Amino acid sequence: MSDRLLISNGHLIDPAAPENTGMSVLVEDGKVSAWFGPNDTVPQADEVFDAAGLLVAPGFIDMHVHLREPGQEHKETIASGCSAAIAGGWTSVCPMPNTNPVNDNAAITRYMIEQSERAGLANVFPIGAITKSSDGSELAEMGEMKAAGAVAVSDDGRPVPSAGIMRRAMQYAKDFDLPVIDHCEDKSLSAGGVMHEGKISLLLGLKGMPALAEDIDVVRDILLAKETGAHIHIAHVSTKGAVEAIRIAKNEGINVTCEVTPHHFTLIDKVVEGYDTNTKMAPPLRSEEHLEAIIEGIKDGTIDAIATDHAPHHADEKALEYDRAPFGITGLETAIGLAFNELVHKGVIGLERLVEMCSTNPAKIFRLKGRGTLTPGSIADIVVIDPQLKWTYSNSESRSKSRNSPFDGWDFYGAAVATFVDGKLVYRR
Amino acid sequence: MDKPFRRRDLLGIRDLSAAEIIGILDTAENFREISTREVKKVPALRGKTVINLFFESSTRTRTSFELAAKRLSADAVNISVSSSSLSKGETLLDTALNLDAMAPDCIVVRHSSAGVPHQLAKVSKAAIINAGDGANEHPTQALLDAMTIREHKGKIDGLEVAIIGDILHSRVARSNIHLLTKMGATVRVAGPGTLVPRDFSHLVENGLDVCSHVEDAIEGADVVMILRIQRERQDSAYFPTLREYAIHYGLTNDRLDLAKKDAIVLHPGPMNRGIEIASDVADSSRSLILDQVKYGVAVRMAVLYLATGGSMSGK
Repeated sequence: MSDRLLISNGHLIDPAAPENTGMSVLVEDGKVSAWFGPNDTVPQADEVFDAAGLLVAPGFIDMHVHLREPGQEHKETIASGCSAAIAGGWTSVCPMPNTNPVNDNAAITRYMIEQSERAGLANVFPIGAITKSSDGSELAEMGEMKAAGAVAVSDDGRPVPSAGIMRRAMQYAKDFDLPVIDHCEDKSLSAGGVMHEGKISLLLGLKGMPALAEDIDVVRDILLAKETGAHIHIAHVSTKGAVEAIRIAKNEGINVTCEVTPHHFTLIDKVVEGYDTNTKMAPPLRSEEHLEAIIEGIKDGTIDAIATDHAPHHADEKALEYDRAPFGITGLETAIGLAFNELVHKGVIGLERLVEMCSTNPAKIFRLKGRGTLTPGSIADIVVIDPQLKWTYSNSESRSKSRNSPFDGWDFYGAAVATFVDGKLVYRR
Repeated sequence: MDKPFRRRDLLGIRDLSAAEIIGILDTAENFREISTREVKKVPALRGKTVINLFFESSTRTRTSFELAAKRLSADAVNISVSSSSLSKGETLLDTALNLDAMAPDCIVVRHSSAGVPHQLAKVSKAAIINAGDGANEHPTQALLDAMTIREHKGKIDGLEVAIIGDILHSRVARSNIHLLTKMGATVRVAGPGTLVPRDFSHLVENGLDVCSHVEDAIEGADVVMILRIQRERQDSAYFPTLREYAIHYGLTNDRLDLAKKDAIVLHPGPMNRGIEIASDVADSSRSLILDQVKYGVAVRMAVLYLATGGSMSGK
């Protein structure tokens, strides 16, 4: 392992970078130590990575993944999930607590971090549960989990149904400066649903999950955040109503942030025709008007981050009736391709905003010091991207243990070609 | 005989053209007479194997398919699975591959989950016939309804058809709406607001109206189609009581008087007498419920014949 690494002549995308082209980044002992412009004399390095014609950006931070360990290692392990992550340019991933047992205490949090250290691939920043066993009744030990390394709390797929408990969770989490993440779904409205409620669900005879189920919970959480002063982070927004409510709340100065998944800015409910269970996830793929509102929210900054909601399920579990198959798709390897195809190459956002959504903002939201930027002094989590590289995603070649992606066979333009974690090269395409 | 419908699978009416529908109905007309013979059997599908794979209980539809297969000399095997494959620990895919390994020519499938026939069709080498999948489609029911209407009205084009009841959960309604509008009829649906979503009017491009009141749908109709109320849905509180349903949405003679004088009444069965349909309406000469059952066999003979590419040479 070299002590001094120079990533030379790249196109640097960093919120603090005044100029971009022909920049060289010097990495020493796992930290970024200096930048050099095209006319500067670069120092000698033990190793040089030639990034000419490539983008150099702070490593991506996925705020929302399911790594299935402990408990469901047949779907994914922390090692296999991290391996998929680094191939997608993600240097850090934040696993949700719906493991078995649930990550509702410091011992599980520590175990997850230790497993990631053993794997030595990406950083893992666990998200702790809001309530014990995520059953929505008693608060989990948030302070202890934070001390063990948790960066936020959430009951994710089992959102806290009681506004009273959620209010207490926000009041309590605020003391520890922990963001509260909510998967907004009023299950009294979506119960039994397997796809977006609308024209297509009526056509296919599948039970719908109305957009209203998300909207109502988002509005509830915003009101609770306003009252408690806590930081609410809305997971995977998928509806027009949610985007509008968050936009208004931000304008009023309420402490709310949100993320969107690549599949929600790419696909609509029409793809459920054919009943492929790899089109089933929660929140469901919505209709065109919702996708348009999502794109608008990405453009105007209402949506802060891109997160994958990587949810691996074994092929046998997905090979069921549409009604009975589990919700969720994998996403770590395809996110960057989808972001380039659907957002960058279509002119929705520029490269700076892409890096902001995949790295800088997630670091800010989860208070990850020294990440989300490559300013000298920061941690050398770096992704090198070829923005034009054409590649084809294939489920059979996935690094995840699961194969449940609807993007099998899709062509992408834009890929991570090298990923560095703590200054170490962990992935090279 | 030309094959009017060249699809290997019959997954739904939505995928068919009007010409293909007419082709199936015409083939069914040719088969009707077989069921009136002393010896009700022709060798058209001799040597073919038909598996009736029913994941959901059914007497009428399964018997109808079985008789249809046997009257065409196919070997018919019935498999009734009380619940889904999941309870046995077998995936749907495994079930399909296992049956496929026995080399059937055709699998007739009914399942409580929408899309199961489509999923099977992707992996099976046999022709898949949808005998009802969840709330999606029940194509042979719509075909036998069309045959009944054609028999009594001489046509479908230009007719006004009212469909009354639980539209939201009804595969019969969906298949009928597709078929009738493709054939040029106008369809009006009505029922409790909880069971008739407003968005339903978008199901097809034109020819479908969602009415707020049952009376508006029935007024001037040539055909009144009554859907079965599934008592088990009572728990889900879509409407308060069966009594109230009968009073406000049931087909009574008074309501039927709003339709054309020669209007006919259809019901896919089994009937809840006194709930969605009054007994005197069900037993009247305008009710063609037994004709529907009779034509069901002919329609299923036609569908099995066309899907498996049987030969008419022995007829």
